[in-house]
Amino acid sequence: MNENDDIVKEFLVESHENLDRLDRDLVELEKHPSDREILASVFRTIHTIKGTSGFLAFGKLESVAHVGENLLAKLRDGQLSLHPELTTALLAMVDAVRQMLASIEAVGNEGERDDQKLIAELTRLLTAGSAATTAASPRSRKAKAGTGTKPVPKEKTVSESPASISASEAGPAQPVTPAGDSESQSLGDILISRGEATPGEVLLAVAEQQAGDPRRVGEILVEQGAVKSQEVLEALRAQQSQAHAQGASESTIRVDVGLLDQLMNLVGELVLARNQILQFTKKTEESGLVTAGQRLNLIASELQESVMKTRMQPIGSVWSRFPRTVRDVALSCHKQVRIQMEGQETELDKTLIEAIKDPLTHLVRNAIDHGIELPEARRAAGKDPEGVLLMRAFHEGGQVNIEISDDGAGLNLQKVVQKAVQKGLITSDHAARMSEREMANLIFAAGLSTAEKVTNVSGRGVGMDVVKTNIERIGGTVDVQTTTGKGTSVKIKIPLTLAIVPALIVTSGGQRFAIPQVSLLELVGLDGDQARQGVELIHGAPVYRLRGRLLPLVHLKEVLKTGGAVDGTPLEASSQAGEPDGARDGFERVNIVVLQADGRRFGLVVDEISDTEEIVVKPLGRHLKHISVYAGASIMGDGKVALILDVLGLAQSSSIVAETHERARAEQEQARVQDSDLQKLVLFAGRAGSRMAVPLSMLARLENIPGAHVERSGNQWVTQYRGQILPLIRISHALEERRNMERAADILTLPTSVNLQVLVLENQGKSFGLVVNEILDIVESGSGPQSPPTRPGVLYSSVIAEHVTELLDVPAILSAGESYDPLESNAAGQAGS
Amino acid sequence: MSETRQFCSFYLDHLLFGIESQKIQEVVAYRELRPVPLAPAVVSGLMNLRGQVVVAFELRRQLELAERPANITPVCLMVRSDQGTVCLLADEVGSVLEVEEKTFEPAPETLSPRLRSLILGVHKLEGRLMHVLDTERACETGSN
Repeated sequence: MNENDDIVKEFLVESHENLDRLDRDLVELEKHPSDREILASVFRTIHTIKGTSGFLAFGKLESVAHVGENLLAKLRDGQLSLHPELTTALLAMVDAVRQMLASIEAVGNEGERDDQKLIAELTRLLTAGSAATTAASPRSRKAKAGTGTKPVPKEKTVSESPASISASEAGPAQPVTPAGDSESQSLGDILISRGEATPGEVLLAVAEQQAGDPRRVGEILVEQGAVKSQEVLEALRAQQSQAHAQGASESTIRVDVGLLDQLMNLVGELVLARNQILQFTKKTEESGLVTAGQRLNLIASELQESVMKTRMQPIGSVWSRFPRTVRDVALSCHKQVRIQMEGQETELDKTLIEAIKDPLTHLVRNAIDHGIELPEARRAAGKDPEGVLLMRAFHEGGQVNIEISDDGAGLNLQKVVQKAVQKGLITSDHAARMSEREMANLIFAAGLSTAEKVTNVSGRGVGMDVVKTNIERIGGTVDVQTTTGKGTSVKIKIPLTLAIVPALIVTSGGQRFAIPQVSLLELVGLDGDQARQGVELIHGAPVYRLRGRLLPLVHLKEVLKTGGAVDGTPLEASSQAGEPDGARDGFERVNIVVLQADGRRFGLVVDEISDTEEIVVKPLGRHLKHISVYAGASIMGDGKVALILDVLGLAQSSSIVAETHERARAEQEQARVQDSDLQKLVLFAGRAGSRMAVPLSMLARLENIPGAHVERSGNQWVTQYRGQILPLIRISHALEERRNMERAADILTLPTSVNLQVLVLENQGKSFGLVVNEILDIVESGSGPQSPPTRPGVLYSSVIAEHVTELLDVPAILSAGESYDPLESNAAGQAGS
Repeated sequence: MSETRQFCSFYLDHLLFGIESQKIQEVVAYRELRPVPLAPAVVSGLMNLRGQVVVAFELRRQLELAERPANITPVCLMVRSDQGTVCLLADEVGSVLEVEEKTFEPAPETLSPRLRSLILGVHKLEGRLMHVLDTERACETGSN
């Protein structure tokens, strides 16, 4: 067995690749039963497995593959036609082969198994099927069968075909001058085949070269007047393009991943060495050294990039097994599903590919099981009975986006919310205030999913929290959007690689820490008075009002216990870290890094915020792994080590700290029960001193946009905002007021010279900017007396902060804004009335 | 004709210790360590060893010896362990000693229990004893 090990290993690797393709091919074949190319490919794969397993004395494997091969041979020859039963049996055979291969890999043999049933089934189909086809369906394929009956060797000859015409003639020359010879061979061949030279002339030239002529064959031929130099040049060009074509088939090799990892480490070191050298070259006057340093810089960067690329794999390598999954799941739930893939070639790091395999499989299964309806239901809804599952992958902003969408019934948001309330995940008041998007994302909540598995809450709950955790573990995010009756779309964003991540470098207690940028939301700096007053305490727990919302603050020094008073940790730096945190003592600058983890936002207070950098992530090793606040370590440009903070770990460990505060706050909360009735509102001034408000929950940001940045797109005013085009809607237009005004004129007078106060609102995943005159305040308001709306676009009027205020109906304004066309008559733009 | 083994010797608080020389990857001069807040006390910090991040353990704390006086700059023994390379901090390195197998004896019971749990035994050398350090135990943090 020992000397066989290498062969077996190679066999396993090869077969695994083949099997993956087989799955795909079989499913494909079912759709196009007459595609001879796919059939040939399937047949070839099984044939190879059978042959090799026979050679390696894996008898059981051979016998299973053998029946499969027989069946496929009949299919290929047109004696059988493919039907689902047959495909299922063939897929079962592939599964059996796969299991045996796994067993061979693990223990060295096929394992105890009985495949008689499978073999019998395949044999039955073999005989039954052939009788059926000959009798019942004499398909047109029979006509073609004449060409198809030829057995396998067909493919084998193909690979040997590029044999040269005069190989036998030039052959003997090989040992003498290998370099010149190989050239002369093909160059001579090309010239002969083009009719430029006769075989005799070429042979003569080759003979001369062998006799010791240092010149090349082409030169000799030109000299002899046999060919023109122009012709030789053309032949040479042809020769080169041939060499290229040949290179493509031989241009890939298998490389051990361990070796790639080692390369990656070495390159990391090289980059550090380069950084150090660059620092020296900055001080030197020697121009030679400076140029050499710059070249080193460029080469090292390129090398780093190339090595990164070697670890990249197309996402198609995971996706390739989904057609099979889709087929199986669809069959078992009696649904018709077609899978579509876009962007299979999108590349990402190998380790990430491994990590997303399971979550993706889960999402695919879910989409079919719960998303896509039964054919009858689809027909009733006026849809194609065959559902479509679309998988899309693309690169965007240094991240890989993966979307899995179905055109099914969509989530039943009401039921999801109901369930969430029932499970105590959210309060009913909270539920009432949720946006549709928030509701949809409830399916990722842990408690919801592990509940009764099939509540027929157009479900999607099963294990979705696991999907979310797995995606977040690799620094990704997941989001779901749904439209009732139209379908559901899950969007996943993951980083390209885990090895190198962009990170924010901060300092705390004299030490640098890196925070992965994926969890970073924004930075807030408070100076002087702001620092003194901005941070408030709720029963000792510091909070900061960030645009009206309370942001819990976590002091990095406290979490890490590096603050002066606390000790017991071996810290050389702790002596100098003794200076108190600015926030607590109310002076100096407070730097808040606003982070998001697990849906929770919190502010991390650090001493100093330095810069963003691409850092190479190094694992911390077992010794320190249990400290959840670290995600790893990295070596900075100056050669020093910095720790990478794990934002999720930070949040968790600080919430333990904050638990007591939480309880205190809960008590406080009970004292004012009606608190839950409160709604946070953004107040702003309307025309002529009137006041208006929108719910804060719909507000994404408040922005001051310079008038010069406002552009015109068609009939709309827009601005470029965070890489997107943000439509701007003037509040006076959105409301009925415009009827009383010269609307067109007003558009023209949209002041470009001053800054516009813009509320960036979000509704159903769309953003738009509401241009207002003046933002007044952010208030909490209970449900006071309400009066019915006086105009469209307004939900109701109420007394807020002692003034009568109109509460805007944001979705209505948005849809009004969308259909708004200044050339149309006034009525056109009015909201859903 | 007894077997001999090579030990790299080093000192901790005037005691002589030894680690089998093939386990030592190299000995490097002390360099600034990156402290790790929240880590167990025996972890002195992280070190950059040619681009590799290595955890450094303070042997004095591990063995519950007195803290190293400020005037002694430790040396870093880079040791191959199950978890890759680790760094053990010692006071001073001695020479490489060739010792005979027969001079080995398990640790006497009179040693402190902490010390006994970390050494494999002692070699009785002329005039003194060399404690053979169990390198795997020496880089445990007690938390795992």
